[in-house]
Amino acid sequence: MALERKDVENIAHLARLAISEADIPEYARNLSSILALVEQMSAVDTTGVHPMAHPLDATQRLREDVVTETDQREHFQAIAPAVEAGLYLVPKVIE
Amino acid sequence: MDWETVIGLEIHAQLATRSKIFSGASTAFGAAPNTQACAVDLGLPGVLPVLNREVVRMAAKFGLAIGATVAPRSVFARKNYFYPDLPKGYQISQYELPVVANGHIDIELEDGSTKRIGVTRAHLEEDAGKSLHEDFHGMTGIDLNRAGTPLLEIVSEPDMRSAREAVAYMKRIHELVRYIEICDGNMQEGSFRCDANVSVRPKGQKEFGTRAEIKNINSFRFVEKAIDYEVERQIALIESGGKVVQETRLYDPDRDETRSMRAKEEANDYRYFPDPDLLPVVIEPSFIEAVRATLPELPEAKRQRFVSEYELFPYDAGFLTASRELADYFEAVVKAVGAEAKLCANWVMGDLSASLNRDGKDVSDSPVSSAMLAGMIRRITDNTISGKIAKEVFEAMWNGEGDADAVIDKKGLRQITDTDAIEKIVDEILAANPDNVAAYRSGKDKLFGFFVGQAMKATQGKANPQQLNDLLKKKLSG
Repeated sequence: MALERKDVENIAHLARLAISEADIPEYARNLSSILALVEQMSAVDTTGVHPMAHPLDATQRLREDVVTETDQREHFQAIAPAVEAGLYLVPKVIE
Repeated sequence: MDWETVIGLEIHAQLATRSKIFSGASTAFGAAPNTQACAVDLGLPGVLPVLNREVVRMAAKFGLAIGATVAPRSVFARKNYFYPDLPKGYQISQYELPVVANGHIDIELEDGSTKRIGVTRAHLEEDAGKSLHEDFHGMTGIDLNRAGTPLLEIVSEPDMRSAREAVAYMKRIHELVRYIEICDGNMQEGSFRCDANVSVRPKGQKEFGTRAEIKNINSFRFVEKAIDYEVERQIALIESGGKVVQETRLYDPDRDETRSMRAKEEANDYRYFPDPDLLPVVIEPSFIEAVRATLPELPEAKRQRFVSEYELFPYDAGFLTASRELADYFEAVVKAVGAEAKLCANWVMGDLSASLNRDGKDVSDSPVSSAMLAGMIRRITDNTISGKIAKEVFEAMWNGEGDADAVIDKKGLRQITDTDAIEKIVDEILAANPDNVAAYRSGKDKLFGFFVGQAMKATQGKANPQQLNDLLKKKLSG
């Protein structure tokens, strides 16, 4: 499956990546070859192979429901670009 | 044309844990902004989520309570979208393998019949933070205390056919999550909220119409109004030649209408994939059995038992079992009185509930304990006071004037059951009202009430009503 210009633009938009016009054909070619590799793997007969959700054949460890974190707001907010009244400030998002 | 409404609900129930789903930060409500948002909740580089055992236990408990399958193996996935209150750029949720699948719950329809609503699935996920759009010099403020709070998203089948059915279903789920103590059900604080998928189709048509999703409704009343509005809108749209578009809408309670949130539509490509930071969750049969052992009597079973054991009407049983606390209170009263379940039910549903409502109190902090109410009801059944006087006693107990016996003694409310004493009063009243006696005897039956009233006035309501009635009837006919 070959990706077209508009597919690359859409993927870049979803990932919030700014890409230059000139690079689009190359991205399309590279991404298409990744998909071709996946298609090649799809051709393997996997009947009877259990699909894995994770490369490790292990199960999730659980933690007890205990509060272990203390308030480190000052610490975290020291590296935030803008804060006020304890809030992180971001460019206005409401439409 | 006749239209049929089709509704499915997605309910978000916040799980009542102490810490978050993937971090050890507190979930307590109302803390100062960002004081309960740790490195994991902020999505700082290098952190890893670790799943809270209690969250898994609560999800399993819910699954068992709705007769669902608790998945022996479930998987967390990333749901990708960008919004400032979601610092990681994805929400950890479940997609292909949710923890709970294929359950059901029964609702009661207005005609008294029962309808089974399917619960397709329930999955675990983390909540996002909160955006504050007030003016911060043209910027938006972000509070991430809520980020990472555990949610159970409960997805129904499109089985409901009216706004009322949707509300009945939502109330049943709300009741259930509180019964099994996995969610506090507080809708003002957002602990229980829902999205409604609504579509219409010509009656008899098999295929569903195009649906609109109404987001984030946080009261039963708004669910009903939002759906009613949306159904009207879709029918009017189709009948005037238009087409319903699949979109997300927001209900505005002030204007009582739903509005399109088109701006968010383009973001609907979530590109779910298994979260590599979390391994599959395996729930052993022994874990499930241990959870099953903690299940309390569920609301439906309790209702049925109240009807058969206490001979209550289904409506009364439904009222008394609406919360576990109220049901427990009622049963404690019945047990202490030792009989007269119906009388106990009437007092719990009547004066007690009215007083709780009036003063905005929960039954758990009622000034009149179950033992006090039982003590008072015993004084009704042993004829110390009449039901009418009991209302005065109840009011005094509510206001902290002591238990029933103390109030009765202090206020001298003991009922007059001495026949001679009542007879004397009756004789005096008849002698003082010869005209009315004559009128009664000539057929004005309604005057009976006048004599009762006079006698009660003379005894400050303390005459035993049954004895008074009998005596009056005898004397007046004589």
